[in-house]
Amino acid sequence: MVIAVVLVLIVVGSVLFHFLSPWWFSPLASNWNYIDDTTVLTFWICGAVFSALLLFVAYCLFRFRHTEGRKAAYEPENKRLEGWLTAITAGGVIAMLAPGLLVWAQFVQVPPAATDVEVIGQQWLWSFRLPGADGQLGAADNRLVSPDNTLGVSPTDPAGQDDVLIEGGELLIPVGRPVRFLLRSIDVLHNFYVPEFRAKMDMIPGSVTYFWVTPTQPGTYEILCAELCGVGHSYMRGVVTVVTEEDYQAWLSGQATFASLSL
Amino acid sequence: MSAILGFIAIVTLIAGWWLSQQGLTAKPWLQIDQAGGVAAGDPRPAAPAQVGLGVFLAVVGSLFALLVTGYLLRSEGLDWRDMPLPWIVWPNTLMLLGTGLALEWALGAASRGDMARMRAGVLVAGGGALLFLIGQFAGWRMLAATGNFVNSGPADSFFYLMTAAHALHVIGGMVALAVTLERIRRNERAERIRLSVELSATYWLFMLLVWIVLLGVLSGSAGEFLALCGQILSEGRLP
Amino acid sequence: MTGISHDASASVPPAEIEDMALYHPRSWWTKYVFSQDAKVIAVQYAVTALSIGMVALVLSWLIRLQLGFPGLIEFIDVDRYYQIITMHGMIMVVYLLTALFLGGFGNYLIPLMVGARDMVFPYANMLSFWLYFVAVMLLVISFFVPGGPTGAGWTLYPPQAILSNTPGQQWGIMLMLVSLIIFIIGFTLGGLNYTVTVLQARARGMTLMRLPLTIWGIFVATVMALLAFPALFVAAVMMLFDKYLGTSFFMPTLVEMGEQLRYGGGSPILFQHLFWFFGHPEVYIVALPAFGIVSDLISTHARRNIFGYRMMVWAIVGIGVLSFVVWAHHMYVSGMNPYFGFFFATTTLIIAVPTAIKVYNWVLTLWRGDIHLNVPMLFALGFIVTFVNGGLSGLFLGNVVVDVPLSDTMFVVAHFHMVMGVAPILVIFGAIYHWYPKVTGRMLGDLLGKFHFWVTFVGAYLIFFPMHYLGLMGLPRRYFDTADIMIMPASAHTLNAFISIMAFIVGFAQITFVFNLVWSLRHGKPAGPNPWRATTLEWQTPQTPPAHGNWGDELPLVYRWAYDYSVPGAKQDFIPQNEPGTLTRGGTA
Repeated sequence: MVIAVVLVLIVVGSVLFHFLSPWWFSPLASNWNYIDDTTVLTFWICGAVFSALLLFVAYCLFRFRHTEGRKAAYEPENKRLEGWLTAITAGGVIAMLAPGLLVWAQFVQVPPAATDVEVIGQQWLWSFRLPGADGQLGAADNRLVSPDNTLGVSPTDPAGQDDVLIEGGELLIPVGRPVRFLLRSIDVLHNFYVPEFRAKMDMIPGSVTYFWVTPTQPGTYEILCAELCGVGHSYMRGVVTVVTEEDYQAWLSGQATFASLSL
Repeated sequence: MSAILGFIAIVTLIAGWWLSQQGLTAKPWLQIDQAGGVAAGDPRPAAPAQVGLGVFLAVVGSLFALLVTGYLLRSEGLDWRDMPLPWIVWPNTLMLLGTGLALEWALGAASRGDMARMRAGVLVAGGGALLFLIGQFAGWRMLAATGNFVNSGPADSFFYLMTAAHALHVIGGMVALAVTLERIRRNERAERIRLSVELSATYWLFMLLVWIVLLGVLSGSAGEFLALCGQILSEGRLP
Repeated sequence: MTGISHDASASVPPAEIEDMALYHPRSWWTKYVFSQDAKVIAVQYAVTALSIGMVALVLSWLIRLQLGFPGLIEFIDVDRYYQIITMHGMIMVVYLLTALFLGGFGNYLIPLMVGARDMVFPYANMLSFWLYFVAVMLLVISFFVPGGPTGAGWTLYPPQAILSNTPGQQWGIMLMLVSLIIFIIGFTLGGLNYTVTVLQARARGMTLMRLPLTIWGIFVATVMALLAFPALFVAAVMMLFDKYLGTSFFMPTLVEMGEQLRYGGGSPILFQHLFWFFGHPEVYIVALPAFGIVSDLISTHARRNIFGYRMMVWAIVGIGVLSFVVWAHHMYVSGMNPYFGFFFATTTLIIAVPTAIKVYNWVLTLWRGDIHLNVPMLFALGFIVTFVNGGLSGLFLGNVVVDVPLSDTMFVVAHFHMVMGVAPILVIFGAIYHWYPKVTGRMLGDLLGKFHFWVTFVGAYLIFFPMHYLGLMGLPRRYFDTADIMIMPASAHTLNAFISIMAFIVGFAQITFVFNLVWSLRHGKPAGPNPWRATTLEWQTPQTPPAHGNWGDELPLVYRWAYDYSVPGAKQDFIPQNEPGTLTRGGTA
């Protein structure tokens, strides 16, 4: 009997906690409101299933608890009922999966207008490289990393000479313009994660990964490393600030280029 | 991951075929009798050791399929360069083939009750296996002599890793052969000895198969073969 | 005998393997230490697994101390923190859950439930346990070697795992990899036994469709484990090569602390594929035995046949096959080709359907039952709640796009603890309360059992349910220090402290369980042969605890399926599987 009451309390408590607790997504600052929408949809479907199942169990426990003389029914199976339940479940799964895959299709297709920003992870520091006036990033390779060239930018690639390097500093990006983050690592796995942007991706030494976002809200956001990268993992933070286009251009022109740094 | 998925698919097909014989659609609550719905049992059930070997070979197969998977994925790396195989692997292959044939021959003799020939077959097989191992080791020495060490390049690493894994399984098979010989020496029941020989023969056949697949992968001909298959599938004709 | 079908496709298993060498212990050593009796091996497995599990439980307190009350205990520095989380994870997943379900319950229940005298290869079975024991000892030793155990995280991702600035790089990582290799070899020996015993040594009349679902779960999980563990084996060997022979299977060109290492070209993603090709089936290797056991607990204690037995069997087999094509859902944000996401999200959500069917059938078994709220039943109900909760949060993580913000956050930690931590462990507890009378001949204390259940179940739910919301907020997992994270309000730190306090309470409650296990050995109520009035064969042994060889002179003959509870017209509300039947059963259902 107690257990039936507890199950009801669990349902009520979980639902109340969900709606009343102060802990929820951090405020969205990018175009990925689709991700939030899909998540909320998933919450509704899963929450309904969870509540329905538990309340049903609680009812069974109350209604069919052992009393003197009770005898259980003998019913090995009920094909019709099982068929319906399977169909309803499949429907629920499709209702979650279909929007999920549609949003994923957007996630993997970078808009052609996106500007590139390279993010370089190393223990335990975020660095950034932005294309210079030519709009292109030069080649880079971990084999080129040296004390004078900590990010491994190719000194022979002309496209890389005007690249803007920001080592361990703050990154600014303009609001409202899609950005493709190209992710590179000097040493171990890292993961570039800004909770307010929702998107994240691992950084793998030896290859370049990517994702894209369009920042929608000006403001200062914290970059967290989301893939275990050694003992400094939780201290590997950075800052990205979303600013207006004018502020961005003003900031960009004040940054050092690869050529100026290697002089 | 194509190699291991292909392997799992084969195992699934075999398991599915077997399960389809087991009456999984029967309604068990309707059958109340001793036979479970069937009048007579299988008159000659397989020995547990035979089934056990079958399952074990599936595990071994999974292991090597995963090594091949690793090889194929890693060979997409930009630093990959193929490595020439030492010539001795080809005579070694013949040696392994000889071992398998000797055991088949021994099995035939055992079925006829010819214990002397069977013993000879097992001994020949053991000798062949030993020569194979020595040959493989010589292959390593040849590679080392030309400067191809285990860490010289990814292809080299895989060659050493795969041959070592295979050699360890061959050594395990040799232990089984030794046990068989010991059973013959102690003059155990003929049925039991025959089972021993039969299991060994199956195991060596499998080792031969694994080796041929590994050789195909390591020599690059498996890649060409797969490419050919792909071409046939995509263009519907031979190139 | 109307309605009895004669389905010719169901073959009869051999009555008795003719010359199955039954092993006879000759001395105390071979009876209790190097025993080849599956029942003794089962207890050895269970005691070892629960002991090392206790170590992992204490480690979890240290984790929670750091997260709830950072800086309170100076002993937990950042190096130790990562060593602790690594060992906690690895022990719980591999050395406790896998070993206990398959080595412990598998060994005890398979021969008894299928009506065999013992496992078919008793010697290999003994070796299996001792290899497992050595593997556990290597882990224990790694706590005391210079540098301590590895702090690479239980996923052991390269390149970090074998770099020189990872804690435990001197000895810890080597011991961990070697321990896993030995564990896998030992498991393979055991797994061959479990598989072949189910295939070959079933009693006459025990067709596959008469097997209890416990055996189905353990059997399919074992087959999966046999095929999946080699992936971890290969990954561990290749990592040892990278570390000690300087190969570059997984190690790319990288610069560690300003120094170019000699590695180049390797693929960290290759390791992740291999790891998760093992790691995902591993989830079901733990879950399927739990599914099976919980089905039998619910059916027995609700005095009702398991609802939809055939669907349950098909679902187990279906999940087993599907779980080999979903592994990359652990890698949506790993940097693999993002287009794989479409495929793996689809397969992952498809696997939810057979899993949901299992849940429905458990719940429908309660419907119109005669529910006895014994302690095993309480734990089974606790399993349903936590498993449904954790399974549903899995739908968030399996749906690739929802996974993107949640991956690598505390949401994932909460999810997998709920679904493959708490839920299977509740089943383990339920199963121990259920079968302890058969193993020892005495009942476990009821009052202590209820106390244990309530604190564990409610406490665990209060730990892991709120934890999801920390992840939703964006708190990454594996953080040593959560102070000053901009997205975390002060209230989130209070929540962390609350979770920690609950963890301590739940942890301490386990002492009552251990006490109960020991105390009841001597002082428990005598159980009799079949205290739960269950149908399956293990309750029908001539002696309790079952003697060596299980069945006395004659093997049981099986006449019916495992779920003849509350059969209309029967004298009692259960009919054992080996009771000859002349009941008239109409062609209903």
